[in-house]
Amino acid sequence: MTWLTPSDLQALGLTLRVALLTTALLLLLGTPLAWWLARTRSAWRQPLAAIVALPLVLPPSVLGFYFLVLMGPNGTVGSWTQALGLGNLPFTFWGLVVASCLYSLPFMVQPLQNAMQSLGQRSLEVASTLRASPIDTFFSVVIPMCKHGFVSGMVMSFAHTVGEFGVVLMVGGNIPGVTRMVSVQIYDHVEAMQYADAHRLAAIMLVFSFALLLALYSYNGRRRAEAQA
Amino acid sequence: MTAPATDLVLQTKLVRSDFHLQLDLRLPGRGITALFGASGSGKTSALRVLAGLEPMARGRVQVGDALWQDSACKHFIPTYQRAVGYVFQEACLFDHLSVEDNLKFGFNRTPDKLRQRNWAQVLDLLDLLGVVPLLKRWPQALSGGERQRVALARAVAASPRLLLMDEPLAGLDAPRKAEILPYLERANAELQLPIVYVSHAVDEVARLAEHLVLLQDGTVRAQGPTAALLTQIDLPLAHGDSAGAVFNCTVLQHDDADHLTLTSFEGGQLTVPRHKAPLGAPVRVRIQARDVSLTLAQQSGTSILNILPATVITVADEGPGQAMVVLQIGQERLLARLTQRSAKALALHPGQAVWAQIKGVAILG
Repeated sequence: MTWLTPSDLQALGLTLRVALLTTALLLLLGTPLAWWLARTRSAWRQPLAAIVALPLVLPPSVLGFYFLVLMGPNGTVGSWTQALGLGNLPFTFWGLVVASCLYSLPFMVQPLQNAMQSLGQRSLEVASTLRASPIDTFFSVVIPMCKHGFVSGMVMSFAHTVGEFGVVLMVGGNIPGVTRMVSVQIYDHVEAMQYADAHRLAAIMLVFSFALLLALYSYNGRRRAEAQA
Repeated sequence: MTAPATDLVLQTKLVRSDFHLQLDLRLPGRGITALFGASGSGKTSALRVLAGLEPMARGRVQVGDALWQDSACKHFIPTYQRAVGYVFQEACLFDHLSVEDNLKFGFNRTPDKLRQRNWAQVLDLLDLLGVVPLLKRWPQALSGGERQRVALARAVAASPRLLLMDEPLAGLDAPRKAEILPYLERANAELQLPIVYVSHAVDEVARLAEHLVLLQDGTVRAQGPTAALLTQIDLPLAHGDSAGAVFNCTVLQHDDADHLTLTSFEGGQLTVPRHKAPLGAPVRVRIQARDVSLTLAQQSGTSILNILPATVITVADEGPGQAMVVLQIGQERLLARLTQRSAKALALHPGQAVWAQIKGVAILG
């Protein structure tokens, strides 16, 4: 690939790593959170659901700003991470991953929660009368029956993380190979009037995102057709 | 496979804002017990308490020598550790598993020492339920009747000590019901289990259940052998279009030329359509109240085959213009629905001798 600069490739690789890690972490964190939101009758349910949805409406700069304040050397979370020997998170790769997780949280939790709510109580009761413990039921009934929710959640979290810009700029800064993701790289190209370079990366992003969404929508469409058959 | 026929105990108190369930039942440890009542009478809640699906219910649940719940000493075995089979109204098959994997779901989770049958023996049972040809299919591709049969087979494959059925036929049309009923009867004969069957259809109850519990507003209104409760005039079962009696009969002889079978009961004989049961076999015969008419003198020159001498026990009002008459014939009781005008014309009163003309009979099972 002669037409991509080494720094373009570096940005692409970094973006892929951040997006994959974010998706994996969100899968681990988002699954129990979505399950709780789908099942609970607690008074905390609505406030927590609202918090999860915040990144959908907040400007990324607001999110990034609070992240910097909290995670910075003088912030509450920042003093914990320092005490634990993890150092400061802002302007590091892991800081970027943590911020991405918060930023993409609703994209994982909401499809999962919807799928789990539509599953209903009855399937769980049936499993329990067939000698399946609650944990067994979760893995052998809930996860397979909510597969479409997991697929949607993972694809959307991944795509959304690849496409983030504001949070990356605020939290990550613009450090080549550490926090400079594709979106920022494009921004740099445009700032430097390198429109041809910007074009190449932008086109890759466009085609990639379209292909991913097309695949997801085809999957959902096929699933719906099967459900009606 | 001769587990001791021990009783089933259900003592429970369940209070919700709009509903109150209070039961103290001791049910037979074998055969089908029907929980019968209008919707909202607590049938399904009682079943859910037995299964442990109502954690708020207080009380005691015991199946044979296994104590599943005793709130007095804070003892509660969760559903997945109770050997309970539950067939819900909607079959609730797992759509992500093939029919075979659905059937193995509970079987695979049953510890070896609790298994009543190995897989080969389960397959024999599945054959009896007619689900073997369905094994490779997927739940989405099954008819309503097939789904219910698979749900029943799945519950049975997990070696339950108690089988619960919540209106398993309610969502099906009449031909499908007729298709499944024989399977339920076979399962009952084969399994040697207590089965608790929730229903609000008199026909199903009369056909399937030996024992009947009538629920009303969360309490027990009456309980006893089904045949006795069906003709008890102070109960709702003995009223309405589907009211009728069940006679316990024995096959006496077959008449292949006329395609009839002669049966006897304590106190008389009944001629029924040719039945496949062998001589001496017990059969249950259902006689609907609307198929019985009364005469004061024995009629001759009539097309009716079954004319029996009877004694009037009670005459009760049955809605506008109708009367329900309870009759004694030998050891059995019969219901007859007449018009008020006929009851008046015959001057029917308790103790009176009459002739019951039976227009139609149906053999159950």
